Order: sequence, then structure tokens, then C-alpha cells
Amino acid sequence: MTQRNTTITKGIDKSLIWLWLILSAIGIMSIFAATYRDGDNVLQSFISLKTEYSRQTAYFIIGSILGIFILLTDSKFFTATANLSYAFGIFLLLLVFPFHSRVKGTESIIRFGTAFQLQPADLCKVFVNLALAKYLSRVETDFGRPRSQLIAATIALSPAILSILQHELGLALVYFSFFLVMFREGLSPFILIIGFSFSVLVVATLLVEPNTLALVLTAIAGVAIYILRKQIRRHRNILFLIIGIWVVCVGVQRFVVPFAFDHALEPYQVKRIYDAIGKDYVPKNAEAALEIEQKAGGKKKGGDYNVKQSKIAIGSGGIIGKGLLKGTQTRYDFVPEQRTDFIFCTIGEGFGFTGSVVFLSIYLLLLMRIVTVAERQRSVFSRCYAYGVASVVFFHISINVCMTVGLAPVIGIPLPFVSYGGTSFITFTIMLFILIRLDADRQMVLR
Amino acid sequence: MPVFNQSRSNIIRLIFGGMFLVIFAQLFNLQIISDKYKKMAQENALFPKRVYPSRGIIYDRHEKAILNNTIMYDLMVTPSQVKNIDTNFFCQLMEIDTAEFRSRIIDAKYKNGPFRPTIFEDLLQPELYAKLEENIWRFPGFNLQERPVRIYPFNAAAHIMGYVGEVDSTIMRRFNYGYQLGDYVGRSGLEQSYEKQLMGQRGIEFWIKDNKNRLVGHYADRTLDTPAIAGRNLRTYLDIGLQQLAEKLLANKVGAIVAIEPKTGGILAMASGPDYDPNSLTGPDKQTNYGKLALNVSGPLLNRAIKGQYQPGSTYKPIGALIALDEGLITANSGYDCHGVYLACNHPVKCEHNDAGHAANLRLAIAHSCNSFFCNVFRLAVDNPQYHNQRTGLMKWKEYINAFGLGHRIGIDLPSEDGGNVPDTASYDREYRRSWNSCTMVTLGIGQDKILNTPLQMANSMCLIANKGYFYTPHFVEKIDGQSEDDTVLNKYKVKHEVLTHIPDNLYEVVATGMQDVVESGTARAAKVPGINICAKTGTAETYRMISGRRVKLKNNSIFVCFAPRENPKIAIAIVVENAGFGATWAAPMGSFLVEKYLTDSIRSDRMKDVERIAATNLLPNWIIVEQYYQDSLRAAAWAKQTGDSTRWTKYKDPAFRINMRDTLHLNKKILPPILSNSPADKPKEIDIETDSTNN
Repeated sequence: MTQRNTTITKGIDKSLIWLWLILSAIGIMSIFAATYRDGDNVLQSFISLKTEYSRQTAYFIIGSILGIFILLTDSKFFTATANLSYAFGIFLLLLVFPFHSRVKGTESIIRFGTAFQLQPADLCKVFVNLALAKYLSRVETDFGRPRSQLIAATIALSPAILSILQHELGLALVYFSFFLVMFREGLSPFILIIGFSFSVLVVATLLVEPNTLALVLTAIAGVAIYILRKQIRRHRNILFLIIGIWVVCVGVQRFVVPFAFDHALEPYQVKRIYDAIGKDYVPKNAEAALEIEQKAGGKKKGGDYNVKQSKIAIGSGGIIGKGLLKGTQTRYDFVPEQRTDFIFCTIGEGFGFTGSVVFLSIYLLLLMRIVTVAERQRSVFSRCYAYGVASVVFFHISINVCMTVGLAPVIGIPLPFVSYGGTSFITFTIMLFILIRLDADRQMVLR
Repeated sequence: MPVFNQSRSNIIRLIFGGMFLVIFAQLFNLQIISDKYKKMAQENALFPKRVYPSRGIIYDRHEKAILNNTIMYDLMVTPSQVKNIDTNFFCQLMEIDTAEFRSRIIDAKYKNGPFRPTIFEDLLQPELYAKLEENIWRFPGFNLQERPVRIYPFNAAAHIMGYVGEVDSTIMRRFNYGYQLGDYVGRSGLEQSYEKQLMGQRGIEFWIKDNKNRLVGHYADRTLDTPAIAGRNLRTYLDIGLQQLAEKLLANKVGAIVAIEPKTGGILAMASGPDYDPNSLTGPDKQTNYGKLALNVSGPLLNRAIKGQYQPGSTYKPIGALIALDEGLITANSGYDCHGVYLACNHPVKCEHNDAGHAANLRLAIAHSCNSFFCNVFRLAVDNPQYHNQRTGLMKWKEYINAFGLGHRIGIDLPSEDGGNVPDTASYDREYRRSWNSCTMVTLGIGQDKILNTPLQMANSMCLIANKGYFYTPHFVEKIDGQSEDDTVLNKYKVKHEVLTHIPDNLYEVVATGMQDVVESGTARAAKVPGINICAKTGTAETYRMISGRRVKLKNNSIFVCFAPRENPKIAIAIVVENAGFGATWAAPMGSFLVEKYLTDSIRSDRMKDVERIAATNLLPNWIIVEQYYQDSLRAAAWAKQTGDSTRWTKYKDPAFRINMRDTLHLNKKILPPILSNSPADKPKEIDIETDSTNN
């Protein structure tokens, strides 16, 4: 037995385990704070499984057991089954189409009976991460070649496309975070810069009046030509490049974005994007208006109601907050979805600026720790996998928190380890524990 | 192993850190810089609930509560909780139909939202409350809520106590007591005058409400709440037994009674007829009842004791005598040779007596109420040689009259007091183009012409004579519970007004002797109470009224003033009974009952039947019936014109009804009350009332 014990704990990064425990505990506490009603018998409710916090505790226990199983598994198992698990993940995603049940506007959930439900789009992150790491770590992969980059992107984005088809935009966006892994492995930074610039351009298109924006873009191009006039005299191509970029930008601003908003995106998604940047969205036709109303779930409250209430809750926390169970906004259901996507409000209101900063610092610590762990790996597979975990967790945190403080549109993605929800909690736990397992064996596995 | 990319790990760390910095910055902005969200959070979740204290209680001089608080019940409904109830049974209980039920539920939803309790029916009748309380478990979503209501245990003193009603914008503007729409506020009587003391101090409880507007608990463990402080009780001079007797005597009569304690100015009783049941303006039907009272032409809501203006008639005579005595124009022995009529002026003034020597001296003249004597006295005052001028004489006379508290508001602690009228030179200048002399207004000397007093002023002038020259402003409230040094409300009633103390006491004695003779051997022998020396004066004033555009002479007003006992006056009374006849017939016995009741605490049994007789007598003047008929029919006609619904209107066209009305009005058999023609504005000129007919 002692022999066995040493093999489990040997080489395990204890700080990651501690951070995981702390975050899970904060999660259960926040859910408790958000859903506890005066007069509930706390002990009884924790055992009964009828309240959200008791169920989250159960998920925590299930997650722990799974984690122990993962720690008991040989790390070679994950490299060996990476492609198979990816195939399994895609199979699960495809299974959703015939067997999904409609829950809150998404078609991405499979139900088993009444109690248990599974969201493959969420779970698939683990498989994609494994498969991507496997592909990038292959000896024959030369990631400098565009063809490899394209294959890697396909691996990462196929589930995203399936996700979008299941009307689950938020989880689809998560898969874009794998570009950070590819960046670490040598993807040109221009792609990230272009991607970032593109999103800035899209937002600017929405915010600024079209003709003004076109003028601004033209002015920028003019200034660029003026500054680079000497180089242009030597290399004509630079001029064509600048003009090309200008044409693309104006094209995007003039045609692509309006087309995407009118045809590609659902009206309610467009409305959410508009809400996030604080503009009124006027639906194009009656059908669109009706659909937005349906998505709002029959509530009369405006589209930005969630964000407004969430900002009020967080803003009313002040410097040190109102204290656990003292928050008036979070305790009395002013913030919708506050046990899942808007769980950060509970912390923001209850513990104020201080508590929020401490809480987010724990996340930052976790991310930095994962990056450190990643960089000490000898195997490319482990390193890629670790970066994958860091990217996904980072994307979830930043989008979720930005959404609650009004910096991003309302995209329903949960806060890792903290938000209520079995699939989400267990998925992140599995991801983290596979990383811990791989890290424990960093001396043994070379590739 | 692409080691060359290792530097990118730092870029990734930078991206992570940068993103978190952006979030920290936004958190700093939301939570520390901006306090907009804290305010919005309070608006969201805090509900400052006003807690109403109970209003102060009003006691009489024997510590009996005249105005108290009681609990009635409102039926509240929370629309979202109304499920699976037996609507038919409920409607049967409430005596409404299902359509009404539905519309009220919708109203409630509209008013406060479906999750907040809203009033379904307020101030339930006791029997309905009993029925509902038994069955309330059958109706989830409905509950009964207590509400404090004013109650008048003696059913008396309606005009004095006043009533409470919902605050209006005028009151909210004028008084900064923190009213909100829907609050109750004293709208008349002492309820209005002492609103600030009676209302107490409102408390605020901070409640937390949830996203559906339900109140879920106290905020901050009630540490921010301010408790409600109950209103302060008023201790009055009123004697509720005396008050009830006064009201009983005035039943079915138009008039007023005021009784004051001369030594303090405290009002012992103040009745006005016709009056109303004060409890009818507190309960469930207060709106309906108020409407009926407001449309009643006899004016039951009017407090005639302070708003009724009457010619004092002969009751003015003691004052006239005192003025002349003080100016040295007459002495106690001055007489006037009266033969039943005063002929010194162009128009004769009749006197009730014509036997020689009935006005041989002042004492006799007062006892017999000789008109000629007092006409002469008045002219002496105006033509006073020491002023050389009638104008100065009249103004001097007015100065005296004003000193007696007449012709201006006295300042009683009731709202909307009237000041009466004392004519001055200007008013005669206007009327007679400056060519007038003491003969022009000679009837002022017998309390007629342009002089108008309120019953309160008459009683107060009796206090002055009883006190031999001073008075305290008449008022009800003796003290307010929990009074502190800086409470100045009652200070003005503690001031002794020594306005006429320069008149020597022996002159007051002369007048008092004459007034005592009025009861002993004069006009008011009916008012005699064995063992008590009452000083009194009766009055019979001619009255006219504009009815249907014509000036009609009505029956005389019966007036009586007195104070008693003469040696140590404890009560001063003024009584006016409109259109009743001689002062000695009605008002005088009433006064004697009140004196007896107050001084001996009971009325002898042989006199009780007189009390009952007077109380049972209906002296309501005919013009009220006519006027009521006229206005009702006008309203019915206007209603018919407006709505096309002529059901109310047909009654007035029915000949049987009109014959019935004719009999009620004692009209000539040939004349029927008019059918109001197509234009309801036409006045029914044919109506003729026999003004001298008595209906008893």
C-alpha cells in the first residue's frame, strides 16, 4: 500500500491541487450565498441534494474521485488515446443533433432522465486539447508549414463549428483560445494581431457611423503611406499592401459585418452584442423581433437587464463588500443566472473590490502556475496540453468576468471551478488533473 | 523541441496579466469610483416602509375619551397567490359579482404588481369581517390587515372634533410635515387645529424587497429604522355630559349653543344644529355619507357656533347699557318714559311693553327689555356731546363693541372661524352718502341693523361681563400630553385680556342686577333655576332670507345669553335657535337646563320632561324643505339631461309627489310646486311660503 501511495503523490504539483481546492470551495460558498434562503437547515440542505449548493458539493466529490482515478492512470494512456478520444468527442457532438433537448435556447444538451444532463460541446474541450497536443507533438509535424497550421486549426475549430450549429456560440468561441497554444508552438503572431485587429474593426463598425469610420480608415492608410514614403519608393509592394489592407478593412466594415449581422448571426446574438457595447438594436423585421422576445424567455425586462443588474450588484459592493449572505442584490434574485454565469456578482457584492481582486488573483496565480508547469515539461505533448488548459481557463475567466462587469457581450460561458454546473466543473477538473498527471511524469516521458 | 519559442511564454503571461489588469481597472471603476451603482442597488432592493403612529386621543375634563382610536380591517389581496379559490362563494360573501371580482384583481395587479398585497376592500363592516375571518383560509392570497380608525365613543361633538381625510395637494404644499398622497390628515375641527400634535411622528422601517417586489425582511437588522412616535393626547375643557345635553336640545333645530367657563376661557360645550353622526365619517361608507351631508341644504357640516352670524337682538342690551354707563351718559337711575313705541326718530320702533314705568330705571329696563330705553341709550352714545361729532361717537361706540370681542375673530382653536360684523362710519357713508345721523341706525341699540355676532362671540361677551372686564380667548384644549417648555401652541390661551377692566365693578353690578331680574321677574322667568342666581338676557331677532330671489321675512331667531352663578360665575352661555320665535320660549329654557346640568350635575326630574319636550320639537324652518326640494330636483334634471336617465327626475313630475310636497310645505291648496321646465335653471317663482305658519 505504501508503495502505491508514493506512486500517486510522487511528483505531483501540490500548489495546483491547493488552488483547485480553494477555487472549488469558493464556488460552493458562492452558490450557497446566492441560493440560501433564510430558515433553511444548512446541514440538512447540504445532504439533501435538493439545493444547488449541495449538488455542487456532490459534483465536487465526483470530481475528486475522477481526479484520483486520473492520477492513478498511466500518463501514457492519454497520449495513446488522444486521437481516439477526439473521435469520441466528435461522435458525442454529432449525437446531440438527433438526441438533444431544448434547454434555455440552446440545442446542445443531451438529457439522461430528468436529473443528469450532458453538454458534449463543453466536455469536448478536453478531447480537443489532447488531440491538438498529440498532433503538435508528432515528430513528423513541422509547425512552421502552413499546411500543419491549417490541420491544427481544423482540429481545434471543428467542434466549434458543430457547436455553432447547436446554437451554442459561447462554447464555440472557447475553441478559438487554442490559437494561444499554436502561438506558443510557433504560429506567426500576425495571425493573432490580425485576429485582434479584426475584432476591433468589427466593434468599431458597430460603434462608429459607417462613413466616418471609412474616412478614419482612409486617413490611417494615408498617414501610413506618408510615413513609409521612402520605403515605398524602394519597394512598390508596400504601397499595394497598405492599399490592400485598406480595401479589406473598408470591405469588412461596409459589407461583411452588415452581412454577418443580417444573415449569419441570430437576431438575439446581434442584440446581445449591441447590448454589450451599449447601443440599441432595432430588429430588421417582425420575425427577428419575435425571436428576440422568445429568447428573452417572456421576461419584460430589457436585453441589457442582466448586465445592468450584475453591474449594480458588483458596484454596490464597494471596497470591502457587504459580507457573506448580506448582499441585497444577489440574495434576492435581482441578477438572473447568478448561480451559473453570473456567480462573480456574489463575490463582487459580498466581498467588494478587495475580495474580487483577491479572488481573481487566485485565478491569475493558477494561470501563471500552469504556464510555469508547462515550461518545465520535457515532452511537447505535455507542454501543449498545459498551454491548452491555461488558454481555455483564461478564456473562460476573462469572457465571464468581462461579461459581468459589462466589458463583453453576454455569452453564456461559466467561470471555471466556481459556477454551478456538473458538466462544467467536472470537465475542468478532468482537464486539470490530466495536466497534474502528465506533470508528475515529466521526468519519464520524453516525447 | 522548438526552444526558440520559449520567450513566447512571457508574452502569454503578459496577455494573461494584461487582461486581469483591465478587469481590475473596471472593478475599481465600478466599485470604488462610481457610487451610482450603490444608489441603484438601494433603489432596487430597499423599500422604506412608513410606519404610522396612532393619532392622539382627545379627552374631556373628566378624563373621558371623546375621540379615540379603534381597529378596523382591510381585505388585502396578493394576486399571484390567488389560486383555486371558490370565486362564487367569495363573491357571495363580499356581495359582488364575478365581473367585479375580476376587475378588482386586475386593478390590484395594475396598482402594485402581482406579488405585493393590495387593498381589495377597505374598512370592512364588522359583520362582513366576522364572516371573512371565519372563511379566510379558503381564499389563499387574501388576508385581513388591521388599520387604525378614529372612533367617537359618545357619538357627540362632531363639529368640535372634526374628522380626518386624505391629504390633498394644498395641505401638502402648505405644511411641511412630510405627508405623502394617501396619508390621513385632520380636515376640520380639533383634528385640523392640532394636527401637528395629534399626528405623532412617523417612523420608517427599511425593508428588503426581492426582484418580484416582495418584502422579504428587515434591512440591516433594523438598525436604521426610526420608530413611530404616537400622537399626543389632548385634554380639553369639554364636559361631554353637557355637550350631549346641548346636542340633544338642538335636535331638529337650526342653531348653536356655546358654553364657556369664564375664569379660564375653556369651552364646556359647543353644539351646532343640525349636526351629524361623527362616526359616519370614519367607517366604510364615509364617502357616501360625506356626499349626503354636503348636499344637505341645512348644512349639517357647518359649525354655526363659530360660523353662524346672527343679529344679537336684545341680548346686546347689557353691553349697550355698560357703554353708556362707562361714558357717563346714564346712571343706574336713568329711565325712559316708554309708551310701547320709540318715536324720537322718523320711523317708530316698537316695544313689547306699554305699561308706564316699565323702564323707570336701568334695572327695570333690562329686566323688561325696553326697546325705547335702549334706542335712546344708543343715540346718547352716538350723539355724545363730549365728541362733538356723530362720526366720532359711532367710532367710539364701535371701539367699545370691539373691546367686547365682537366684530372680529376671537381666535378659538378651531379652523375657519367667522368674525361677525360691527358696522363703522364707512359702511353708513356708502349706504347713505354721508348724510346719516344717530336715528339712521337707531336699531343698533336693540341689536338689529348691521350688527352680526357669532354665538361664540356672544358667549365670550357674557364672560367679559361675568368677569367684570377681562376674558381669556375661548379655547378647547387645556393641556397637551408630553408638553415641554418650548411648546408655544397653548400660550396664547393663557393670556388674560383685561380689555374693559377700566369700567368700575359697580357698573357691572348694576347691569348684572338687571340681568338677574330678567330671570327673577323679567322676560326669562322660564329660565329660573331655584338656588342658582342666573344673570341672563333673552333676545328675539327679526330675520330675513333671500328665497327664490325674494327677501322673505322668516320667524324670529330665539336667542338667550346668560352667566351663572352671579356671585362666582362658572358658566357663560349663548344660545341661538333660528326661526323658533321668542327668546323666552325656546332658547331661555335650554340655557337654564344647561346651567342646572353643569352646576348641579343633574336636572331635576320634573324639569326632565321639558328637556324631552324641547328635544322632541322640530323647529326646522320650512325654507330648508323648499330649498332641498328645489336643489334635488335641479340635480335630478341635470342628471337626466346629462345621462338621459330620467328615473330620478320622474319623481318630481309625479303629481302625487307634488301634492305630498305641497302638504309638507303647508302651501296654499291651489298652488302645486312647479314642474321644472326644460330649462332647469328657471327659478320656480310660484312658490310661496307662509312664513308665519308653525309646523308644530
